[in-house]
Amino acid sequence: MTAKEKKGPSRRAVLLTGLAVGGGLAVGAGAWAVSSRLAGYSEEGLGDGVSLNAWVRIRPDGRVALSVPQAEMGQGVYTSLPMLIAEELEIDLDQVDIVTPQPAAPFANEFVMLISLKAENSEGPGVWAARKIARLMPYIVTGGSTSIRNFYEPLRQMGAGARAMLIAAAARQWGVPVTQCVAERGTVIHAPTGRSLGYGGLAQAAATMDPPSRIRLKSPAAFRLIGKPAARIDVPDKVFGRGRFGIDVRRPGMLFAAIRHCPVLGGKITRVDKSAIENRPGIYKVVELPDGVAVVADNTWRAKEAALALEFAVDDQGNGSVSSQTIGEGLTRGIAAGKARTARDDGGVAMALAGAAGRVEAEYDVPFLSHACMEPMNCTALVEGDRAEVWVGHQAAAIAQWAIADAAGVPTGNIVIHQTLLGGGFGRRGEVDNVRQAARIARAVEGHPVQLTWSREEDITHDVYRPAAKSRFEIGVDKAGKPIAWKNRTALQSVLLEISKRALPFAANQAMDINSTEGADHLPYSAGPVLVEHTLAESPVPVGFWRSVGHSQNTFFTEGMIDELAHHAGADPVAYRLSLLDGAPRHAAVLKKAAAMAGWGRALPAGVGLGVALHECFGSIAAEVAEVVAADDTVRVKKVWCAIDCGVTVNPDTIVAQMESGIVYGLTAALYGEITIEDGRVVQQNFPDYEMVRLAQAPEIEVAIMPSTEKPGGVGEPGTPPIAPAVVNGFFAATGKRLRSLPLTAHDIYPA
Amino acid sequence: MTLGQYFRDMPKRTRRGGGSRGGLHVKLTVNGKDYEVDVEGGMPLLWVLRDELGLTGTKFGCGVAYCGACTVHVDGVATRACVFPAEAADGAQITTIEGIGSPEAPSKVQEAWIANQVPQCGYCQPGMIMAAEALLKDVPDPTDADIDASITNVCRCGTYTRIRKAIHDAAKA
Repeated sequence: MTAKEKKGPSRRAVLLTGLAVGGGLAVGAGAWAVSSRLAGYSEEGLGDGVSLNAWVRIRPDGRVALSVPQAEMGQGVYTSLPMLIAEELEIDLDQVDIVTPQPAAPFANEFVMLISLKAENSEGPGVWAARKIARLMPYIVTGGSTSIRNFYEPLRQMGAGARAMLIAAAARQWGVPVTQCVAERGTVIHAPTGRSLGYGGLAQAAATMDPPSRIRLKSPAAFRLIGKPAARIDVPDKVFGRGRFGIDVRRPGMLFAAIRHCPVLGGKITRVDKSAIENRPGIYKVVELPDGVAVVADNTWRAKEAALALEFAVDDQGNGSVSSQTIGEGLTRGIAAGKARTARDDGGVAMALAGAAGRVEAEYDVPFLSHACMEPMNCTALVEGDRAEVWVGHQAAAIAQWAIADAAGVPTGNIVIHQTLLGGGFGRRGEVDNVRQAARIARAVEGHPVQLTWSREEDITHDVYRPAAKSRFEIGVDKAGKPIAWKNRTALQSVLLEISKRALPFAANQAMDINSTEGADHLPYSAGPVLVEHTLAESPVPVGFWRSVGHSQNTFFTEGMIDELAHHAGADPVAYRLSLLDGAPRHAAVLKKAAAMAGWGRALPAGVGLGVALHECFGSIAAEVAEVVAADDTVRVKKVWCAIDCGVTVNPDTIVAQMESGIVYGLTAALYGEITIEDGRVVQQNFPDYEMVRLAQAPEIEVAIMPSTEKPGGVGEPGTPPIAPAVVNGFFAATGKRLRSLPLTAHDIYPA
Repeated sequence: MTLGQYFRDMPKRTRRGGGSRGGLHVKLTVNGKDYEVDVEGGMPLLWVLRDELGLTGTKFGCGVAYCGACTVHVDGVATRACVFPAEAADGAQITTIEGIGSPEAPSKVQEAWIANQVPQCGYCQPGMIMAAEALLKDVPDPTDADIDASITNVCRCGTYTRIRKAIHDAAKA
């Protein structure tokens, strides 16, 4: 059966090869040939052995080095991506070494480029061009919960192609037909005679074989690895303290640097006075940078203490009176403004509102949020002449490369970038601020590797934040309380516009902004005609991608609103939602599952409430139910049930772990998360000012993965958006109090 | 002092003995091995371990003893190294994550951590494991309340439910 004949699952996943996911399908020669032509890649850092393609390198002892260009920030890609290759290559995970390749075309994340262009479900020349651009850049990005979605098919092809070459090499050596040979656990076996040859000895010959003219991918029924929980390859090192994060890089003769940024956002440091540190041991250079002042020393602590002791003047560039209040007033003006960008307009909303039996209006708002990665920002760089070598845990290696080229003044081709583990990413580690700084400092101490580590204070006060946002709803309802007109205007800064100015080689415009209204402009509910608008806010507070991006606030807004509508109609929140999901059976199934898991509808004691939220994002659908115990001014989220439909699965344990992770990350934001601004400065300095959920506040979490043969969805982010509304809806159920802003502590409600 | 002068004088600044920059001669035993460093008395043990001795398993998270990423054992007591001064470590027996176990000989806690697939990004886990080890030494069969009170380390990846289970598993092993 060819790709053209097969009618796949309801949504065809049309990838480069034109394949639909889920069958034992043969790929035409074209796909492999295209991939092979794209195989310009460097062998730097890959170690011993022979590469059969950019991804698969067979070592002489038979171990297999698999390239993983995606950043490992806890979401398990160092295991799940190799599983895709290993499945088709017929090796076990314990034969695998992970190697992180230099940025090159074969490793481009085409899918995330398509998402940016709203083309991920499209075909045609525009898609082809977008993929080509992604490969040319190359757009190496770990973000948008796209690792599996981008690489599910291509990595299986790479594994299958390499397997075919190894079989061909063995068959030639034995002088037997290829059809009599099978691959199993890293060896090729000649079935009739039982002879076998290990991959290690075959690799050299395999590399000379012609690419296969047809590749047969396994049918899911034959999977040994994919879809079954796998022990993560990186876990043992992390348990024995051997995991190497960016901050752990140690190089001979290295120096350590610390930085002070101007405490006023958008301001400048002037008149640096080094006299206080001149006689300190181990300090030898102060480097002034465009965005701060750095101290270089022989020890991180010495650098940090010296940086703190530096005196300087602050030129606030006019931002000295910016505050959370002025920013909030700006958002309010945005909501009230006459003009706004239309993200979605089905037409006829005003008329439907005017004719509605009733109207429900509400205003919601949320604050700026910090990423608070456990590992503070850091980057290690060595610059010598026109060459640079950099060690960093980064979510966008190629973007980091351009930033280094620009900051150090070296050609991109002369940069070697060593990817390390990331102590948390959450979108923060796609920024290049600390990378540029390290490159400039390295130029200033040319010839010596230097590791720049931000203090936690600098990390919190100079984050790129999830924007503060306000949202206004006007919903027309019929006599039964069902929505028949939906108007929603939101005001916030644009992450995309700002990040493109900071780091990307292209200037984005508002038409490209998919993030500001994501989660608000495409709801599964039947709600009549929908109008969603966005007014662009501006402030000196830098904003960036924060786990689940626009969904992080828009889901809180919309799932709070839907809950309010349910209560306004005197309806049960689950039943109400289900009544609006006629056209969305997958969503309905996920919602029903979470509700069933939670025993929705059971009698609860006073002060205890269940709250629900349902949301689709990043190709997956998640529903969460939170059990909220409220007493006096305290709240305790006792348990969370989560159902996730993420299509076909790769490593189910990672999916569960990512839901647990997304829930806790979002819960911290809902309960505590708030970055406030005063006098142009971020008020919160360190973790004590930015309280986070710890083990004592962590709820019990139960996760169910919906069985599915649909194309894979993402899991890194979908766990986060539903938790805040689920908690707030549960709080309402427990107390009758409706909260339309976060965090709970801002309402003087404290986690018990 | 210029960069050149600094590096010409480098032999005098090796981390083991010699050199005039430190102020205090500190002797400490880490994971059974003896070390001597010359550092400011106020340099936190965290940075002695990471930068002077090259033991990078113990992590820097906040520097104000809030997050626990820097947890080590000083004379058997769980201690946040980011605020524990070098002068207080003089003469002490210190255990870091590197000394708790290895793939060939993992501790019960480490076995439970692997069996439950606890770590995600993994950055907080050395400190978590050190805190768990200390808890189980003092309270071999902790209740959930014991665990809540004792394990206050921050994990941004949210591995708490698995940490709790792994501690119970290690207690029973």
